[in-house]
Amino acid sequence: MNSELKMFVRQFKKNRLAVAAFIIALLLVFIALFGTYLTPYDPLDTNLEARLVPGFWADNMENPLGTDGLGRDILSRLLHGAGISLKVGYTVILITALVGISTGILSGYMGGVIDLIIMRLVDIILAFPPLLLALVIVAALGTGIERAMLAIAIIYIPGLARIVRGSVLTVKELPYVEASKAMGGSHFWIMLRHVLPNVITPTVVYLTLLLGDAILYTAALGFLGVGIDPSMPEWGAMLSGGKDYLLLGKWWVTVFPGFMIFLAVLSFNLLGDGLREAMDAKLRI
Amino acid sequence: MAFYRYLLKRLLIVIPTLLGASIIVFLLIHIIPGDPVTVMLGERASDAAREALIERLGLDQPLHIQFWTWLTNAAQGDFGRSIRSNTAVMDEIFARLPATIELTLAAVIIAVVFGIFFGVTAARYRNSIVDQMAIGFSLLGVSIPIFWLGMMMIFLFSVVMGWLPVSGRLSLGLGIESISGLYLVDSLLTGNMQAFWDALRHLIMPAAALSTVSLALFVRVTRSSMLDVLSEDYVRTARAKGLGMNKVIYKHALKNALIPIVTVVGLSVAQLLGGAVLTETVFSWPGIGRLLITSIGFRDYPMIQGIVLLVVLAFIMINLIVDLIYAYLDPRIRY
Repeated sequence: MNSELKMFVRQFKKNRLAVAAFIIALLLVFIALFGTYLTPYDPLDTNLEARLVPGFWADNMENPLGTDGLGRDILSRLLHGAGISLKVGYTVILITALVGISTGILSGYMGGVIDLIIMRLVDIILAFPPLLLALVIVAALGTGIERAMLAIAIIYIPGLARIVRGSVLTVKELPYVEASKAMGGSHFWIMLRHVLPNVITPTVVYLTLLLGDAILYTAALGFLGVGIDPSMPEWGAMLSGGKDYLLLGKWWVTVFPGFMIFLAVLSFNLLGDGLREAMDAKLRI
Repeated sequence: MAFYRYLLKRLLIVIPTLLGASIIVFLLIHIIPGDPVTVMLGERASDAAREALIERLGLDQPLHIQFWTWLTNAAQGDFGRSIRSNTAVMDEIFARLPATIELTLAAVIIAVVFGIFFGVTAARYRNSIVDQMAIGFSLLGVSIPIFWLGMMMIFLFSVVMGWLPVSGRLSLGLGIESISGLYLVDSLLTGNMQAFWDALRHLIMPAAALSTVSLALFVRVTRSSMLDVLSEDYVRTARAKGLGMNKVIYKHALKNALIPIVTVVGLSVAQLLGGAVLTETVFSWPGIGRLLITSIGFRDYPMIQGIVLLVVLAFIMINLIVDLIYAYLDPRIRY
């Protein structure tokens, strides 16, 4: 392990809350990867004979967390849901990173008209409240988890593009970029070889804080029944319509999925904070 | 003078942004995969109905003419007619708007008052149990899904305790003479105390749920800003003069600690406007957030366009006002 990484790990370990969050996050990733093998039932299987059955607190060990309004096993749906939420989270981050970094570099490095157009576009997108923008995009594109992912990524791309552009502007005036230009390096080569490595740190900081947020937005879309197929075992979608069951006193239909969203978002937020602090400490030295 | 130049500059930036946003909202109907008329009317619509809609929306015109017509109409508050209810889009939005304004205002007031109070208290008793609780709360507050929080509140306070009503703005059988459309204000103005308490009981839970994220943010920012200010020399001087801690904090320190808070209030507006959609859905609150979700469900695009453009306009204006307040409070700041 090189010394920089060691320093980073040492800094990170100091933050107990972040370490706890890291462990929970690992657990969630494990569930996301292997949840489908752990589930006792098919998350889509309905059983109208066993609707709204309470779970372990009523000595029901067959459905430890009870069943929902269509008799589907809540535990099985929760385990499946972890995969959906994390998949959405990581895909959103990937799209955001790819598009955000490339437009940011292009904008900052090329300057001129390209910069002007991209930055105006960024301003315009940022003029929409995020959830509203996602709703509008999904309303136009129609239902489907891929479309929801795209809609959520579009929320974050402008922010990242702006951050990347900022660091490109400082990098591009540095002597080694100048030198590379003098030696006949092409624009593409300079962007890839000299500019890109310098924007990685601010990008990683931005992206780590984004995962929890992306999961929250996905759940919000699922809850609103916009963009995500309501039968899908997505945590937010599981809450949709859950109020009616609450009024009947069937609390387990909403308590567990909501708590999973909360737990996932909280752990990824704490993890992001911890990573950022550890990285900042590394940067200071 | 410098302030007015700044004001002018900020106003000039708003115009292209607003124009760009309206292009996006306009294009919404054109990026629908497939034929928008089929999407809106369904497969089985008659040819006559289809043609009527095409003509009403001007879809047979060239795109730039469509945009120009749409924009000039929109500027005069005419977004066409709703496909779902066939009423004028603006009329329906304005009928629902006061509900959203009342909810959002109540949430802002809760967030600002409690946020500043807890933030100041946490800073004052740094590292105490109060401080730890404030930090813990601000961590949890930004991670909790407010729609779930709202449901849990309903379960606890309505279903289990039976204290507060589950949904809506007012109990059946009660009426409030409409002046501003804000029930709390109108019931007070007309001296209708029974309706006032009833409206307040309906408002508490949704407003509290909506305020959570902003409240958490305000606690965090107030705390750190107050800690900065409390270490300043003039605070020590005031204390040395023998001034009580309350006086020092609320008379001297808070005024300076407020500057960063103003920015955060602006930032949280976006969160509140988005959160209103979720809160209104949970509590069946008859505002424009719920109208938007219903309209998306019915693919009522003229209505969606009207709501979104209005919210974006409000969002841009509020941010502008916040920036101006900020520049006014701190004359060193000019961008």
